[in-house]
Amino acid sequence: MLSIKNLHALAGEKQVLHGLDLEVGAGEVHAIMGPNGSGKSTLAQVLAGREGYTVTGGSVTYKGKDLLSLSPEERAREGVFLAFQYPVEIPGVNNVYLLKAGLNAIRKHRGESEMDAFEFLTLVREKMKLMQMDESFLNRGVNEGFSGGEKKRNEILQMAVLEPSLALLDETDSGLDIDALRVVANGVNSLRSPDRAIVLVTHYQRLLDYIEPDHVHVLSGGKIIKSGDKSLALELEKRGYDWVKQEAAA
Amino acid sequence: MASNPQTDPTLEALVAQKYRHGFVTDIESDTVPPGLDEDVIRLISRKKGEPQFMLDWRLRAYRHWLTMKEPHWAHLRIQPIDYQSISYYSAPKPKTDAPKSLEEVDPKLLETYDKLGIPLHERARLAGVAVDAVFDSVSVATTFKERLNKAGVIFCSFSEAVQKHPELIEKYLGSVVPHTDNYFAALNSAVFTDGSFVFVPKGVRCPMELSTYFRINAAKTGQFERTLIVAEENSHVSYLEGCTAPMRDENQLHAAVVELVALEGAQIKYSTVQNWYPGDENGVGGIYNFVTKRGECRGANSKISWTQVETGSAITWKYPSCILTGDNSVGEFYSVAVANNYQQADTGTKMIHIGKNTRSTIVSKGISAGHGQNAYRGLVKVLPSAINARNFTQCDSLLMGDKCGAHTFPYMEVRTPTASVEHEATTSKIGDDQLFYCLSRGISEEDAVNMIVNGFCKAVFKELPMEFAVEAQNLLAVSLEGSVG
Repeated sequence: MLSIKNLHALAGEKQVLHGLDLEVGAGEVHAIMGPNGSGKSTLAQVLAGREGYTVTGGSVTYKGKDLLSLSPEERAREGVFLAFQYPVEIPGVNNVYLLKAGLNAIRKHRGESEMDAFEFLTLVREKMKLMQMDESFLNRGVNEGFSGGEKKRNEILQMAVLEPSLALLDETDSGLDIDALRVVANGVNSLRSPDRAIVLVTHYQRLLDYIEPDHVHVLSGGKIIKSGDKSLALELEKRGYDWVKQEAAA
Repeated sequence: MASNPQTDPTLEALVAQKYRHGFVTDIESDTVPPGLDEDVIRLISRKKGEPQFMLDWRLRAYRHWLTMKEPHWAHLRIQPIDYQSISYYSAPKPKTDAPKSLEEVDPKLLETYDKLGIPLHERARLAGVAVDAVFDSVSVATTFKERLNKAGVIFCSFSEAVQKHPELIEKYLGSVVPHTDNYFAALNSAVFTDGSFVFVPKGVRCPMELSTYFRINAAKTGQFERTLIVAEENSHVSYLEGCTAPMRDENQLHAAVVELVALEGAQIKYSTVQNWYPGDENGVGGIYNFVTKRGECRGANSKISWTQVETGSAITWKYPSCILTGDNSVGEFYSVAVANNYQQADTGTKMIHIGKNTRSTIVSKGISAGHGQNAYRGLVKVLPSAINARNFTQCDSLLMGDKCGAHTFPYMEVRTPTASVEHEATTSKIGDDQLFYCLSRGISEEDAVNMIVNGFCKAVFKELPMEFAVEAQNLLAVSLEGSVG
């Protein structure tokens, strides 16, 4: 589904990715771990198409298409979803209004009919139950006055409604208490399916207790330096990152 | 016409155009040659068949105007205006070069109407199609008139009111904005040719929103428009001015005066959507909109509420104000002002607290894009008599791009220790973060910008009458088209 080859990229002026390779197949869950500043968030932003991040080499193929040639909104309509590390507040814009506009833009792109308000509300209510969010979310502004945990839940709610093919979760676990983490993980798990791929970018093994990954990768110095199964995450938790770096350098 | 490098080329072109319409092509028309003196004012008054008190009042205003200087304290760059090159009277008659049908109208204008969702039967009228080619609107207006008559509400052109209700005009005209008030108000008082008059009798709740849209002879009210609204005890009226569609108008200077009088327990809601030609993307041309709007809450427990959405005009100079004379009276001002390309806006309000327990609310949202310059200027004045007066002011600016500007000039003058005055101000840039967030959910950039801007203006839009609010949102979208990215 996603094939990243020898990706080099700048964040602003700074070279952050130095030849990253990653293959993600449909139905798989990948966890990308790594120390601060290793390029995890840059990878997520580059894949979503954010301005200010410049690809200087390599390629990204998504469902056989050159992902990097698509605009951010085209990527979203093709089924790429980024759950933000720091979801932004948009005062005065209704939370579900934005979601409905997004969903209908995606449906239109797929040649499906737009959802009317009634159908949409039914869908959102169902997903909100899954995320244990109360009705008041329907009337609030986008992330306006949300707590850190509410913002993260809202990201997963959006993901549940938009049903992407490729979900990128950028440190979705950061700032969550254990109950909120369970709810978020539950939401993500409910979206696991044979035709969907999920990439979790995370600092800590903790999230992986709840969302079991098929593959774990260590990102350091702008490239993947080690890959393994879920046991690699447990080992990182125990031993830190230095031994992997040393092993890679050797 | 010989060109003079000192004068603004657009002004010159507009003046030249006036000559073409006024003199050369249309010899038999009732147009006065450009220029202003007492004879011109006498002529205007005579042509309109006005009673003596009107002429006297105009002359007093003119003589006072001669002693005044054009104001230049606003944060505006204004090209010099030659008051002697303006023709001050032109009889409202259908233009001979008006398009005969929509097929003859500039397709670009029609495209804009389409984007604004203007009903088909309205488009023809707005585009200036000759009146006999416009269907529907006359019958609509007649139905409205009947309903208003039944309720006892007077809603007519100012000229008609001078003829039919001179006692009301004499009593209330200039009672809120005196003929000496300011340069442009004095000029307006001397030369205005028409406008609207509304009178809502005691205890009557006006059965519908009154709109200039449906006033029968709304076709050409000219550049010096006069509006007077009087709401008697415990009456209630909501008035809509302007419309979202771009209006064709060849006059560059617009100096209107609006006066509102609310007697005891009365409520007046005045909503404006102003979308006059702002000039092109290089700042050439466009309307100068120098308006004096003021309401007086004359009686106790009365309320005046101004809501404005200002997207048009090259220069806007406008401060809808409330004089809160009656005890417990309430003044409100909700404003969205857009300055895109080279537009300049200096707008805000004045709240003058005189009566006890008077309350005022000011919510101002300024949006600047392109090279636009947007200034909020507001005065909250609390006199010693205004015991327990309260004011809340919120003043937010949104910047799009890095060549525009937002300025805030809040003045406060509080002369009683029992008053409470609050002021909040924010300035924000339309965030790349917000934009990217929307894009990453599949929403197009254009829709995303609209969504963010409309969210910013929500507190004001919710004050507009329902159908106006929807139009205002569309209007904002069209006004800011292409200003990001």
